[in-house]
Amino acid sequence: MEIKFKNVSGKLYVYLYGELDEYTSRSIRGLLDNLLDQYPHSKAVVFNLANLSFMDSTGLGFLIGRYKKLKNYGVPAYIESPTYDIEKVLDLSGIYQIMPKI
Amino acid sequence: MQEKTNKMSLKFISLSENEPFARSCIQAFCLPLNPTISELNDVKTAVSEAVTNCIVHAYPDRAGIVSVEAETAGNRIHIKITDEGNGIEDVTKAVEPFFTTRPEEERSGMGFTVMKAFMDDVKVLSKPGEGTVVEMVKFFSSGNDAEVGERWGNDA
Repeated sequence: MEIKFKNVSGKLYVYLYGELDEYTSRSIRGLLDNLLDQYPHSKAVVFNLANLSFMDSTGLGFLIGRYKKLKNYGVPAYIESPTYDIEKVLDLSGIYQIMPKI
Repeated sequence: MQEKTNKMSLKFISLSENEPFARSCIQAFCLPLNPTISELNDVKTAVSEAVTNCIVHAYPDRAGIVSVEAETAGNRIHIKITDEGNGIEDVTKAVEPFFTTRPEEERSGMGFTVMKAFMDDVKVLSKPGEGTVVEMVKFFSSGNDAEVGERWGNDA
């Protein structure tokens, strides 16, 4: 699991690489939260899932956790480019109501 | 004509790093049935959910054994995931969408919902203090080449 990011005109784009499950979410949670803490005044944070090859409901909990953290900063969160299989998991949860797909 | 069958059994310790291992094994075991990529992902995701439950809920404070048994017959797979951990107090509640016993831990409460949505049948048997058995069935659309050959043979 790997995270890359870029800051474009005040918007933070976070790219997730690899498989997001119980194992990997434990290791990247702190890493990602440190990154989000460095950009508390972002206009938005966009989680790009194009390179995420697997995600189960632990990944949902992980994304919702980041949404809550960003909400405390008053920063809206979005999801971008999920694969077909990951979209199936996202759709089941109704997560787009709080983290819209762009 | 008798259906082609196959069986496998896997036991591992309830460490989260064994999740990708369990997914890879079940994926490899399904391949002879020619599943579509999407069907394969459904099975991998459902197995990942059940194994996560064993690691997080069955054995929260200790390592225990997780058992994954699978059997294929024709174009279907039957998977049984067993632990001897804490068990579930109220299975009806546990399988409800968004229900979690650990809301403080960023748990989505969607594990059983995903299993039910991605598999054709899911059964949960559990006894507090004794453990949990999750049984799941998935039918693959494609069937295997040998079967197609046999059907042609019969028709002729």
